[in-house]
Amino acid sequence: MEIEKRAILSGNEAIARGAYEGGCHVATAYPGTPSTEILENIAQYREIHSEWCTNEKVALEVAIGASFGGARAIVAMKHVGLNVAADPLFSLSYIGATGGIIIVSADDPGMHSSQDEQDNRNYAKFSKIPLLEPSDSQEAKDLVLEGFKISEKYDTPVLLRSTTRISHSKSIVKLGAREEVPIKSYHKDMLKRVILPAHARKKHIFVEERLKSLKKFSERFPYNRIEKGDNSIGIITDSVSYQYAKEIFPDATILKLTMTWPMPDELIKTFASMVRKIYVIEENDPFIEEYLKVMGIPVVGKDKIPLCLELNPYIVGVSLGKIKERKPIDKGDIPPRPPALCPGCPHTGVFNVIRKLKLIATGDIGCYTLGALSPLNALDTCVEMGASVGNAYGMQLAMKDDKNRKKIIGVIGDSTFFHSGITSLINIYYNNGITTIVILDNRTTAMTGHQGYPGTGKTLMGISGREVDLEKFIKGIGIENVYVVDPYNLKEVTVVMKREIERDDLSVIIARAPCALLPDGIKEKPYYVLADKCTGCKVCLKVGCPAISMSGNVATINKFFCVGCSLCAQICPFDAIKQVN
Amino acid sequence: MCSNMSIRRNQTSKLRRMIMNNNNVISVLLTGIGGQGILLASDLLTMVAMEEGYDVKKSEVHGMSQRGGSVESAVRFGKKVYSPILAPGMADFLLSFEKLEALRTLDYLNDNGLIVVNDYKFDPLPVAAGLAEYPGDIIDRIKKYAKKVFVVDGMSVALRAGSMKVMNVVLIGAISKFLPFKNDAWLKVIKKRVPEKYVELNIKAFKLGSELV
Repeated sequence: MEIEKRAILSGNEAIARGAYEGGCHVATAYPGTPSTEILENIAQYREIHSEWCTNEKVALEVAIGASFGGARAIVAMKHVGLNVAADPLFSLSYIGATGGIIIVSADDPGMHSSQDEQDNRNYAKFSKIPLLEPSDSQEAKDLVLEGFKISEKYDTPVLLRSTTRISHSKSIVKLGAREEVPIKSYHKDMLKRVILPAHARKKHIFVEERLKSLKKFSERFPYNRIEKGDNSIGIITDSVSYQYAKEIFPDATILKLTMTWPMPDELIKTFASMVRKIYVIEENDPFIEEYLKVMGIPVVGKDKIPLCLELNPYIVGVSLGKIKERKPIDKGDIPPRPPALCPGCPHTGVFNVIRKLKLIATGDIGCYTLGALSPLNALDTCVEMGASVGNAYGMQLAMKDDKNRKKIIGVIGDSTFFHSGITSLINIYYNNGITTIVILDNRTTAMTGHQGYPGTGKTLMGISGREVDLEKFIKGIGIENVYVVDPYNLKEVTVVMKREIERDDLSVIIARAPCALLPDGIKEKPYYVLADKCTGCKVCLKVGCPAISMSGNVATINKFFCVGCSLCAQICPFDAIKQVN
Repeated sequence: MCSNMSIRRNQTSKLRRMIMNNNNVISVLLTGIGGQGILLASDLLTMVAMEEGYDVKKSEVHGMSQRGGSVESAVRFGKKVYSPILAPGMADFLLSFEKLEALRTLDYLNDNGLIVVNDYKFDPLPVAAGLAEYPGDIIDRIKKYAKKVFVVDGMSVALRAGSMKVMNVVLIGAISKFLPFKNDAWLKVIKKRVPEKYVELNIKAFKLGSELV
């Protein structure tokens, strides 16, 4: 037995710790901010098999298999990842759990690093499964332990919903020892695990009955609690909003909901009878608010508190009239500091060529989405992971008589391609499409901090995995035009890209060089500007490299940031950029 | 929120009593740009607060930080801390690793707040590309609103300590003079958090930093 220890953990570290203490056996994920560190931290516990999967659907399917096999399993993803995994999620609700199974959804109110701020509490209601929402790291850990018990007792998957501010905030957590949970022996159970219509009709009744049992459980669940205070204001709140409510209304009577689906009706009624007025403080959708309104309990909620973007104590205080609005400070003009592709990023060269050739490029999700921003302006669209391949093909169908038809290309990252670009590429091949797809292969999942994926053969647990050969794989589909180019060679990229967009056939260009931040990324001697040759034309600034700026009338290169990729030297019309000897 | 901050350096025990008796929470916002080691700096601050027996929470913004964007991290400590994040008017201290970022996040400082700003300029891409101008009067603009402003040259002190990479610990050293933590506690957490071979360098940086204000 470990003695009680305390540690400062982020919500994600705490969820990982909870998986460890809760006797979890299998953990899966596809990386995505703000969820990524959950699996990265689980990987330190050798008692748990952990892995990066090709996408969230696969991750959930592997976890479901582990549960079938009697193991406790946890699967983590960002909110939009649950859209990818929604298909197995809904079946899993009917099937239920054998070994306990927890799905962690890390939502992103405020869209710090996401394309939307969908509120995944709705998924719990939609798929009829219990929903647990921690308010700090201690609860994040505790609720994993509780979640496994609920899952096994009520024969249900459990949705654990974090948000950016839970996942990426640190607070003090009491650590416990791991409870070894034996893996249950397998028994075939067709009615349970084969959801044919005949079985599913019975299972739907089971799901509705399960919700009733869970509702009773929710009434007694100690993490749903009333904190008594002044009865003139009652606050119902969940997740990190609870912290903001305590900050602004320290004396109010509070109903802290931690299991937010199914909701505890009796507890809510008791609370409502105790207070004169109810505020519902929650981020994004009026999830709790609407439930109370259906119960016939009048509340103040989204009519005062913003629905869009995340909350903070100030917004809560001002919108409910508790604190005064601060007069904004007149700071004068402040230039923005937008994120940019790194110096030496292998994507930069490809985007320079796309811009120069004036192509119409459908984009995708990853670092390379930044190629859409000035000065690169190289992407026309970004929908979701894997979209660029199907989008480019669909645009060509629509623009078949347009003179720009052949200017349409799809741009996708390597990890993203394995995530969900593959099926679209096969679709183009099957339907006789002539699209050109560019795979930006930087040998990693860069945006989320360098995770492995099938093309790297590097697994999360550090065991050397089998590497999928991208060219062989694509050629194996039957696609003949597959070309690998060096993204640091603008001439080569230009020649191949021009040739392939003109071709009346499907082709794939793989632009391959390791991410500049990887240990084997480019590290050459830096370049410098010959001041007497520089005319100040600013063409080099269009490269989109953060190491280049103007110093008076001439360009200058920051020698500490330059990694010697040579793009600026290739693009300079006056031969004024040279490499240090 | 601690609103009556009239702290001078080296008042560790007095400040501690004030925090614990009045149930105050002290909030520090660290701000700068990706790659400056802000998250390590806020880790040290979080760890020292825990080491000294406070409840503590820390928040940070991830994601785009590696790509040269603005980075913010908040540390809050006291008897009991609720919100992990700060909102306008909530910070007692602002420690900025870059001048422009100090100005950008100035709204967070409360009316009696104190700023330690690193006299360091890093052009954002729009400035580098000649599309915008880096303001030349940042410190003046800050002084219009903040009463207690300490401008320090963290970079040259870091180089004096031995590496530009310890600028973050130099700056933590500077702000440490206003915080209620014992020197030994700081040294302990530096030893715990920093890789062994860099401990000496970081302790030197911390010490030089603490002499700056």
